[in-house]
Amino acid sequence: MRRVALIAVPYAWLLTLFLIPFLIVFKISLSDMALAIPPYTPTLNDGLAALIAGLDFENFVFLTTDDLYYKAYLSSLQIALFSTLMTLLVGYPIAYGMARAPQEWRATLMMLVILPFWTSFLIRVYAWVGILSNEGVLNQFLLWLGLVSEPLTILNTTTAVYIGIVYTYLPFMILPIYAALDRMDDSLIEAAEDLGCSRLTAFWLVTIPLSRNGIIAGCFLVFIPALGEFVIPSLLGGSGTLMIGKVLFEEFFNNRDWPVASAVAVILLLILIVPIVLFQRNQQRQAEAEQ
Amino acid sequence: MSETVFAPWEDPNEKPLIRFQNVTKRFGDFVAIDDLTLDIYAQEFFALLGPSGCGKTTMMRMLAGFETVSDGRIELSGQDIGRVPPNKRAVNMMFQSYALFPHLSVWENIAFGLKRGSMPKEQIAARVDEMLKLTRLEKFAQRKPHQISGGQRQRVALARSLAKAPKLLLLDEPLGALDKKLRQDTQFELMDIQETTGTTFVIVTHDQEEAMTVASRVAVMDEGRIIQVATPAQIYEAPNSVYVADFIGDVNILTGTVKSAGDERYHVDWAVNQPPVLATSAKPFSDGQECHLAIRPEKILISPTKPEDAENAVQGKILDIAYLGNLSTYHVELPGGQIIKAQTANTRRISRRNFTWEDPVWISWSATAGVLLDQ
Amino acid sequence: MKRLSWFNVTSLTLGFAFLYLPMVLLIIYSFNASKLVTVWAGFSTKWYGTLFQNEAFLDAAWVTLKVAVISSTFATVLGTMAAYVLVRSGRFWGRTLFSGMIYAPLVMPEVITGLSLLLLFISIGLDRGVMTIVLAHTTFSMCFVSVVVSSRLISFDRSLEEAALDLGCSAFDAFRLVTLPIIAPAVISGWLLAFTLSLDDLVIASFVSGPSSTTLPIKIWSAVRLGVSPEINALSTIMIGIVTVGVITASLVSKRNSLRMQREEQAAERPA
Repeated sequence: MRRVALIAVPYAWLLTLFLIPFLIVFKISLSDMALAIPPYTPTLNDGLAALIAGLDFENFVFLTTDDLYYKAYLSSLQIALFSTLMTLLVGYPIAYGMARAPQEWRATLMMLVILPFWTSFLIRVYAWVGILSNEGVLNQFLLWLGLVSEPLTILNTTTAVYIGIVYTYLPFMILPIYAALDRMDDSLIEAAEDLGCSRLTAFWLVTIPLSRNGIIAGCFLVFIPALGEFVIPSLLGGSGTLMIGKVLFEEFFNNRDWPVASAVAVILLLILIVPIVLFQRNQQRQAEAEQ
Repeated sequence: MSETVFAPWEDPNEKPLIRFQNVTKRFGDFVAIDDLTLDIYAQEFFALLGPSGCGKTTMMRMLAGFETVSDGRIELSGQDIGRVPPNKRAVNMMFQSYALFPHLSVWENIAFGLKRGSMPKEQIAARVDEMLKLTRLEKFAQRKPHQISGGQRQRVALARSLAKAPKLLLLDEPLGALDKKLRQDTQFELMDIQETTGTTFVIVTHDQEEAMTVASRVAVMDEGRIIQVATPAQIYEAPNSVYVADFIGDVNILTGTVKSAGDERYHVDWAVNQPPVLATSAKPFSDGQECHLAIRPEKILISPTKPEDAENAVQGKILDIAYLGNLSTYHVELPGGQIIKAQTANTRRISRRNFTWEDPVWISWSATAGVLLDQ
Repeated sequence: MKRLSWFNVTSLTLGFAFLYLPMVLLIIYSFNASKLVTVWAGFSTKWYGTLFQNEAFLDAAWVTLKVAVISSTFATVLGTMAAYVLVRSGRFWGRTLFSGMIYAPLVMPEVITGLSLLLLFISIGLDRGVMTIVLAHTTFSMCFVSVVVSSRLISFDRSLEEAALDLGCSAFDAFRLVTLPIIAPAVISGWLLAFTLSLDDLVIASFVSGPSSTTLPIKIWSAVRLGVSPEINALSTIMIGIVTVGVITASLVSKRNSLRMQREEQAAERPA
C-alpha cells in the first residue's frame, strides 16, 4: 500500500506538471489563432471528436512560409554546433591539465571548476556585458596595448554569443572529460611510449580514444542546452543574432501569438529528440561498460 | 563416560526446528533451489557448504524472509513462515558485509533490534551490556563502526543479531572478511558463543575447513540441490559421491569396475597392466559395475621398498614434492601416467627427509582406507 | 611525484583565468565610485548602500528566497521519493514513462518548460504568483534532486536496509532510521542544488510569475537589459561572495571529515 503511494505521488506530480503541459502545448500548436481568444482559450472538455476536428497544421505551415523561423532554427543549430566545438577546444586542455596535476591539487582544481555552477548563470553572462562593450574592459585593454586604434564592436554580435556560451558551459565540458581522464591508468601512456610511440602519437592513439566517452558526454551537455538558449543571445547578441529560444520568447511575449509560439516549441523539441536520445544511449553504454 | 552425544537428527521422535519441504526457488528461468527437503534441529550448528552460485545464500535469504518460496513450504517450529515478512520472524541474520549502521555507535547498533519491540529501557540497556560482555566489546560501546577493527566489527554484527535472542541465527559467510589467522580464532569463539547461548546457528560458507570446524552437521550443496547432509567426520570419511569427496579436502580418485571378493570386499580393476586393488564397502556393488575409489592422500603410505603386508601396493616415481611445513605432499607418477597424491606428516627435520625427485617409491594403502562410490 | 609540464601549467592558468577573470572584474567594478564602467573613479561602497535602499530589489529578493526555500524543500521530498522509486521499486506499470519524466526536464530548454507550465496554469485558471513559481520550480528541481539522490542510492549497501528489516523494522522505519540518515549528505546537496536552481531561474519564472511576484533574476534581467548597472555589480558581488564562502566551507568540512574518518579507520586497525 505504501509502495503504491510512494510511486503515485511523484508520478502524479510529474504527469500533471510536466507531461500534461506538453500535451497542452502540442494541442495549442495545432489550433487556430482566430479561434483563440484572447489569444487562446484552451478548453480541456472539448471531447475527442472536437479535438480531432480542430486539428490544424496551419501554424506549422506558417512556420515554413516565414523564413525567419527557418533561419532561426538553422542559425541556432550552427551556433550550438560551433560553440560546442570551441568549448571542447578550450575545455580539453584544462581537463587534461587537471588530470595530470599532482593528486593533492586535484580536489581544489575540481572545486574551482564546480564553483561557477553554483554562481548565478545570469550574473556570469552579465559580467561579459561590461567586458565586451565598446567602452568595456577588453577594448580599453586592447587600445592601451595599441593593438587596435578604435574599439572593436563585440557586444551585440554573434561573436559575443559564442564567447558567452563557451564561458558559461565550459564546466559542463571539463567535468566529464576530466572524469574520463582521471580514471585512465597512467601506465598506459608509459606502455605506449615503451612500445615506440612519441608523446604526441601516444596522446593521439591512447589518451584521446580513452577519453572519448567523456568528450561525447561533454559535447552533448553543451550542445543540448545551447540550442534552446535564451539568456545569452538576448543579453550578448544583437538584433542580427537569431536563436530559436529568443524567437519563441518574443513570439510569446511580444507578438502574443501563442499557437505559433507553441508550434515553434514543438519543432524545437523534435529537433532536440535526436541529440537527447544519442546522449542517453552514450550514458547507458558507459554505465554498462563500467559494470 | 556416558555423556550423550548431541545428535537429534538420529532421534525419530525429535521435531525439527526448521523444515524445508520440497522447496523450489526460481528467478525467472533460473532454478536457484531445486525441490529441496531438509530438517534442521534446535541447537544445531548447521553449515550450508558449496561453491558460489550453488543456492546456499538463497536458502538463507528464504529463511530470513528476503526471498519468497516459489514452491513447497518452509516451517519454523511447525509453522509455515512462507508469508511472514522478515521483521516479524524470530530469525536474525548476520550479514556477510556485517551491515553495521555507520551512523550509530556500537551500543546503538546492538540496541537497534531491541528498541523495535516494547522492551523497557533498563532491560534494553541490560541486554546490550550482556551482549557486549559476551563478545568482549565493553571498551568499544561508544565507538562508531569505522573506529573499530575488522574483527571487532564482526563481533558487533554477531552481538547485534543475537541481542533479540532469536530462535535461529543465520550467518552469511561470517568470517569471510577476516584474515586467516583471525578467522581460525574466531571460529572457536563462534562455537563457544553458540554453545553458551544455545541458539540454533545456520552458517553459509564456501570454506570447507570452516564448515568442518564449526558445524555439528554440514550440507554440501551443488546447483540448487543438497548432495549430502552429515556430520563433518562422515562427510570427510564417508562421502556419498565423488563431488563431495572432491569438494572436501584433497582426494585421489581411481575409476574402474568392481568384482566382488566376498564379505563386503571388492576388487577394483582400475588400470591395464596393474593388479586390481582391494577395497571394502558396506554398500553393495554388482560385478562389473563402474565405480570410483576415493582415497585421501594422508591414508596413502609412501616407502622406498615394497611393504610386506600391504593389501594394496603400487610402484611409481616421485614427480613433485610440495613442502607445506607440517606436511609434505608427494605427487607420485604411476607407470600408466596416473598421478597419486600421498601425504606424510613431517615429524622429522627436513635434512633427514627420505625421498627426493625422481626417486622410485612404493605407495600402499589398506583395503579400508578408501571409499567406493558409484557416482 | 608528477610534475606539470609547461603546456599543462599554461592551459590551467589560461583556463582558470578565463573562468574567473569576468567575475573578478565584476567584483572590482562594484567598488567603483563612478557610475560608468569606463572610468575608475576610486574605491567606494556607495552602490551597496543604494542597493539596500532599493525597496524593489529587497522585495524581489524576499520573494525569491521564499520561493527557493519552499520549492527546494518540496523538490527534495518529491525528488527523494522519485529516486527511491527509480532505484528500489523494480518494475511497475509505466516505469519507462516515469524515468523519462525524471530525466527529460534536465535537458529541456527552459523556454519550453516555462511556456508549457504557463499554458497549464492558464487552462486550469490558476492565478500567476508565488504559488505558480513554486510549482514550476519544484517540478524541474525535483528531477535534479532525484538524480543526485539516486546516484547515492545506487551505491548504497542494500544489506543495511535488510539488516534493519531483519531486526524488526517496518519498511518505512528502515528508511527513516537507516537509509535516510546515511544518504542525508546527498539529500542535503540535492536541497542545495534545488535551492540554487530556484534562486537562479530567470526564464521559467518569467513565464509563470505574476505582476505581484517579481523574483530577483527577473528584476536583475530588466535592469541589465539596459546595460551595465553598478547596483547590479554590487548585488552580483554579494551573491558570488555567499556562494564562494558556502562552497569553500562545504568542501573544507567534507575534506576534514574524510581525513578524520581515514585516520580513525587506520587507528582502529592497529592493535591496541
